[in-house]
Amino acid sequence: MKKTINILVSLVMVAGLVSCNNGDNKKQSKGQGGLATNAAEKVYVAPGEHDDYYAFFSGGYSGNLTVYGLPSGRMFKEIPVFSQFPTSGYGYSEETLPMFNTSFGFVPWDDSHHPDISQTNGKLDGRWIFINGNNTPRIARIDLETFETVEIIELPNSAGNHSSSFITENTEYVVAGTRFSVPVPQRDMPIKDYKGNFKGALSFVSVDQETGRMGIKFQLMMPGFNYDLSHPGRDKSHGWFFFTTYNTEEANTLMEVNSSQNDKDFIAAVNWKVIEEYVNNGGGTKMPANYAHNVYDHNTHMATSTMEKEVLTVDPTKVPGAVFFLPTPKSPHGCDVDPTGEYIIGNGKLSADLTVHSFTKMIDAIENKKFDGEAYGIPILKFEDVLAGTVKQPGLGPLHTEFDGKGNAYTTFFISSEVVKWKLGTWEVLDRQPVFYSVGHGMIPGGNSREPFGKYFVAMNKITKDRYLPTGPELEHSAQLFDISGDKMELLLDFPTHGEPHYAAGIAADILKKNAKQFYKLSENTNPYATLSEADARVERKGNEVHIYMTTIRSHFTPDNIEGVKVGDKVFFHITNHEQDFDVPHGFAMIGANNAELLIMPGQTKTLVWEPKQVGVWPFYCTDFCSALHQEMQGYVRVSPANSNMELSWSLGED
Amino acid sequence: MKIIMKSLAALAIVTLISCGGKEEKKSNDIQIGQKPAATEASADSTTSAASDVKPSETVDLTNKGIGPIKNVELAAEIDQAMAAKGMEVYKTKCMACHKPDKKFIGPAPTGILERRTPEWIMNMILNPEEMTKNDPLAKALLIEFNGSPMANQNLTEEEARQVLEYFRTL
Repeated sequence: MKKTINILVSLVMVAGLVSCNNGDNKKQSKGQGGLATNAAEKVYVAPGEHDDYYAFFSGGYSGNLTVYGLPSGRMFKEIPVFSQFPTSGYGYSEETLPMFNTSFGFVPWDDSHHPDISQTNGKLDGRWIFINGNNTPRIARIDLETFETVEIIELPNSAGNHSSSFITENTEYVVAGTRFSVPVPQRDMPIKDYKGNFKGALSFVSVDQETGRMGIKFQLMMPGFNYDLSHPGRDKSHGWFFFTTYNTEEANTLMEVNSSQNDKDFIAAVNWKVIEEYVNNGGGTKMPANYAHNVYDHNTHMATSTMEKEVLTVDPTKVPGAVFFLPTPKSPHGCDVDPTGEYIIGNGKLSADLTVHSFTKMIDAIENKKFDGEAYGIPILKFEDVLAGTVKQPGLGPLHTEFDGKGNAYTTFFISSEVVKWKLGTWEVLDRQPVFYSVGHGMIPGGNSREPFGKYFVAMNKITKDRYLPTGPELEHSAQLFDISGDKMELLLDFPTHGEPHYAAGIAADILKKNAKQFYKLSENTNPYATLSEADARVERKGNEVHIYMTTIRSHFTPDNIEGVKVGDKVFFHITNHEQDFDVPHGFAMIGANNAELLIMPGQTKTLVWEPKQVGVWPFYCTDFCSALHQEMQGYVRVSPANSNMELSWSLGED
Repeated sequence: MKIIMKSLAALAIVTLISCGGKEEKKSNDIQIGQKPAATEASADSTTSAASDVKPSETVDLTNKGIGPIKNVELAAEIDQAMAAKGMEVYKTKCMACHKPDKKFIGPAPTGILERRTPEWIMNMILNPEEMTKNDPLAKALLIEFNGSPMANQNLTEEEARQVLEYFRTL
């Protein structure tokens, strides 16, 4: 009986939605969504038990990456990536300052969009997760044993690194396509001369399989369109990469009108294996460049930054068979490839229909040279020749499509606020569910691989409005979890997300949790400022620099009384946490420090700079409640006048 | 019902305070500006109500403690090479709280083998959380030493054995 009522309610809702689609902006009333009565059980993870999946949500304008559990929707951690994080001292400590180095100097913020987990043979392997920095083009790699950012590489000749950071099925490459085309090399020129003069760089960044270390293998210098999103081919289409474009008009102003003139834009199909072979045989042109490559080491606990001075560029017209354009209606946004690698979905955001291209047909058209002209020397394939099918009028404003591995696709519709499930091959719509409100990306754990875990779908909604208790004008964004194991999608849960998640990546918990590191071994700590034995704790002066080599253990600092520091000194607290157990960090906070605190993991060394400006006796303390005697974990630095003759001394207890 | 709960809570707090009072028999007066306890040579006032011997001075050569170590055979001769290794481990992982020959954050290991079994010592190193929770002697020590926890430094059994050998040289 209850079920019948639920179905009825759903039907009424769908009806309501369809009427909304017809231009009626009637607001959805709250608390709907055909919520079944047992939904709570399906998301309930009992105290002490673990979730089935990790979900990594990009932070958007927070610049970071957040870690959630599914199905509970509980947030476990915020991993700082492109933004300084005073909570841990990331980007403030001397060891991590180099992570933010770029050709523009120190850039302590970015806009992170699309995380992607490393793969082997098209399956998620859980070694690393990559994420793009959109604003100052960068890609970061996060180690999934430590859940820490370990590498950031800047991308030259690029701007608005949006179609990134998607990876090939053996993690051979992580890509970065420029959303904004720019003059290459950069120069002083009139903006109105954009057309024909700007370039769109698609960067293929290689990944070392042992270390994960990234390096730009080549940059493909494409016509000056906007490269919006991308996905790798997989299985049969492995070796190809697909990028959506918009602004094939090459407009440079009033873009919302001027770049929506063409009936079709392109999906660029790039055969990276052909280009790889070309550059391995000496092809391409080296051009001067200037970009930062920042690497963090887990033994030294330090980052180093290197400025790279050269990049290899490839002219697509010089490599036969490397690049083709697939006409795709109306400014396609998401570019998604199904688990078999056969279907390439162009989510034309201003189109009424969803366009699906066929990889087989594409190869056939290329082999038979069925071209329909060219753009800047790049062959254009005929729309009809590569079309696999269209999903007719599934909704308004399609953005992104995910796959469940059972032959179904799930597309998000921003304007009509819904998720539509449809069948690959028959293009038939099977189900639709409203979302609250205005969904951007959706995510199925493993949805970007050959083997998705087709149990849940998460909608990442752009508008929150009335879903939670109001918190003033600014609201966290809202995610919605659907159970997709049945024929119909079932809404289970709303949960708030941090920043603006654009995309997310999910993986079965079993793959990651067994590898998660518990603490750093003190015996492996090679930080040059580490104090590995408490007996070595000391204070040294080098001119006006004072280096304090300090240790922590529950619950004291060694030393905890320091005298002989003077106004005008630059004091370096090099702190090594001597704990060797899980979950025993110590914090360090110094009164008046102009930067942040440090949160030092067991076995780690971190350094904070303090420049005392006032004479006095100034306290420091531990910020992380470490034991029953945590409140006693404190110390003092005596600061004497600049001209004082006070000698350095330090102690702990009355030795 | 609420009132009953509140009264119970109040009762519990009172009981707790009175318990605390019994344990802390140091002095009934608060001594402002006293010498820090950690470096006090030997405060003979810290005795438990039941006995005049402090837990750190209690001799118990039968209790083997709780943990992975069930039986340790000590050779008549000290293995100096093993002891030297133990001293290195001790310096990096233990010395922050245990000075070899004087009370610091925790008790000094000098003479420990005259008071404890080798098994108890190794279990205390390897399994401090459970020991301070369930072993009566370790529990009493935690209270004597101000509630300062014995950190689990994740020594291997081999390292703990080396540290034990080093203790024999003290």
